[in-house]
Amino acid sequence: MAKQYETVIGLEVHVELATKTKIFCSCSTEFGGAPNTHTCPVCTGMPGALPVLNKKVVEYAMAIGLATNCEITRVCKFDRKNYFYPDNPQNYQISQLYLPIARNGFVEIETGSTKKKVRIHEMHMEEDAGKLIHDEWDDTSLVDYNRSGVPLVEIVSEPDMRSADEVIAYLEKLRTIIQYLGASDCKLQEGSMRADVNLSVREAGTEPFGTRTEMKNLNSFKAIARAIEGERERQIELLEAGKSVIQETRRWDDNKESSYAMRSKEDAQDYRYFPEPDLVPIVISDQWIDQIRARQPELRTEKLERYKKEFDIPQYDAEIITSSKHMADIFEAAAAICGKPKKVSNWLMVETLRLLKDHGMEPEDLRFSPENLAKLVSLTESGAINSSVAKEVFEKIFAEDVDPEAYVEEHGLKMVNDEGALEEVLKKVIADNPRAVEDYRGGKEKALGALVGQTMKLMKGKANPGLVNQKLKEML
Amino acid sequence: MANKISDETIEYVGILAKLELSGEEKENAKADMEKMLDYIDILNELDTDGAEPMSHVFPVHNVFREDAVSGVDGSADTLVNAPLKKDNSFKVPKTIG
Repeated sequence: MAKQYETVIGLEVHVELATKTKIFCSCSTEFGGAPNTHTCPVCTGMPGALPVLNKKVVEYAMAIGLATNCEITRVCKFDRKNYFYPDNPQNYQISQLYLPIARNGFVEIETGSTKKKVRIHEMHMEEDAGKLIHDEWDDTSLVDYNRSGVPLVEIVSEPDMRSADEVIAYLEKLRTIIQYLGASDCKLQEGSMRADVNLSVREAGTEPFGTRTEMKNLNSFKAIARAIEGERERQIELLEAGKSVIQETRRWDDNKESSYAMRSKEDAQDYRYFPEPDLVPIVISDQWIDQIRARQPELRTEKLERYKKEFDIPQYDAEIITSSKHMADIFEAAAAICGKPKKVSNWLMVETLRLLKDHGMEPEDLRFSPENLAKLVSLTESGAINSSVAKEVFEKIFAEDVDPEAYVEEHGLKMVNDEGALEEVLKKVIADNPRAVEDYRGGKEKALGALVGQTMKLMKGKANPGLVNQKLKEML
Repeated sequence: MANKISDETIEYVGILAKLELSGEEKENAKADMEKMLDYIDILNELDTDGAEPMSHVFPVHNVFREDAVSGVDGSADTLVNAPLKKDNSFKVPKTIG
């Protein structure tokens, strides 16, 4: 019988913090500036330049630490991690090794119907590196230091995960918590959240861990799932062939669906950490922790419970809406304006999700205002427009955030409740469709539908379907 | 001299520091490093039981900046000494993708 293997996974997750400025200087962190425009002597490692810590970075890191049940380290400090690479102008990265800001936390994840805790070993603050663009034409690399010094936290889990599903549940949990805190937008594709996967396999039922590899360059949940499957198989094949796994860093190529070893022998992994002499220690008082705790916003679990109670929304709907802080914000604001939370929730659950899926978008990409969604709900509720017109208007709101009142007015989409006008149309429909009329009178209820359809068509969809039904029955 | 730096160690340190040393330079560096380690060993003569590990000598902590952008386009100053540049970026030998 073939041996059974268990996969053991731990993650290192880097999250770019949502500060306006870099961690040690006042340069902007804004994305997309021309190369090297957001640089100064500090973030380009000029001799003699001195770093000064951004207070907001410490506060975001504390907020994330508290929300993931970590202990906050009362006296923490920075260390230098030394390595040579063109993306690192100082030849060292300022990071935290010995006294990271937070330790010993956990988050609870759910896969299927099972709940489990994933422990967090530690979380530290550090600076991001510059960006290298490879120039195909003259076989060189171009270095842009705009990202150099952008604040990051690195969250290191314990090897508590056993499958790709658990890894993704853990990442989604972290992402939701951090988004709710407003500490980062956590976009994998844009690199504001990055995950390195440490993976080993062992024979099922055995205690000691196998040799692990670290996998980098995973920029979507799908890539992570594929990389985990690929690496698990690669390691099992090695073991089955009587070979051993080498501890190394591998880069995942999602197009080829395979990984390759990254570092050569010359790039020895010896960072010679030592305390950063240019930055004084950080002392965190009880009072400061209490302040941060008091400022913590309502997190997802609390919000979900409140929605069910306050708005009487089913569990499933509340889960979907609160899965994105942005969507939850739209929901609450729109519900407050129009006073119809269930209707707002319906628009989000049905049409919004459909359009997001059609366009391959994430809830974070929603660009319409709660005001316009609320107006649409009011227009529908007051009977000013019917539901098929409302769907058409919603697509416009979704795409361009149009003001539905103005749009309906401009395009003459108001529901026609004028009985006189309706009767005229109905007379014509009855005259033009003698067979359907006869069928209906002969007892075929279904024939009415065809007549209603004809009427709606002639009235360009603006008729009130209830009224059409009622009038038709009377006239027949 | 109590401390000995082996040939392997000096080779390894050279790789980490990206230095190519001649045989004579290696011997000199070994002697210097041995002297430094011997000097540091003086600390072992002290009784440090109960002393808190210390990384900074000044009684100063919590020096912060507020999160406010100040600063203009720094690219001209940043690139002024670049040996090679292209597209407002430093141009360097190709790194491994």
